[in-house]
Amino acid sequence: METWLEGIVALILVFGGAFLLIGSIGLVRLPDIYTRLHGPTKATTLGIASLLLVSAVVSSVLQGTISVHELLITLFLLITAPVSANMIAKTAMHHDLPAWKRTQGQELIEPASRQAAPDDHQEERDTKLP
Amino acid sequence: MLSWAINFTAAMICIALILNLWRMVQGPSIQDRILALDTMCINSIALIILYGINMGTGLYFEAALLIAMMGFVSTSALCKYLLRGDLIE
Repeated sequence: METWLEGIVALILVFGGAFLLIGSIGLVRLPDIYTRLHGPTKATTLGIASLLLVSAVVSSVLQGTISVHELLITLFLLITAPVSANMIAKTAMHHDLPAWKRTQGQELIEPASRQAAPDDHQEERDTKLP
Repeated sequence: MLSWAINFTAAMICIALILNLWRMVQGPSIQDRILALDTMCINSIALIILYGINMGTGLYFEAALLIAMMGFVSTSALCKYLLRGDLIE
């Protein structure tokens, strides 16, 4: 592998590892569950995406052909990380977990946790309304 | 240079895994534990990918993909159980 390519790859690798570490520090340090969701969903996803980019580049160089199947994991994680974060946040609101005292808009948590999920007949009822 | 970067990144990911384990043991609510478990999944994928880069093989790709899928399925199953008290309605 050429020296310049190795330098770029090493830089992206350390960048991704630093973002993984920052996400986990955020998981430990932040005050409540709603803020703690930010660290793993954003920073960790960026970190793993750069690590998989490095893996794709390294295996492409070593094999001599372009290999992009590592980007499959990146795509999968980019799709599933927001979904799982949304589900965890919904569960936390369902269980009425207290938010941090400096969180803004706390009066919206209570009505939102009592809100029913939209069902299949919602649109029909909306269109029947005058 | 790349081997140094791999060692450094592996050290950072191991520290991140220990922090996640602390949150999973400590976590005041069950949602914190689920979140820490999900993050541990992602960090272990990173460690496996890093080992694959170090060895220069693509053999560990399937393991990483499997762990990613299992992590998402287990997270959503646990959240579903906490929301509804039932997995398959």
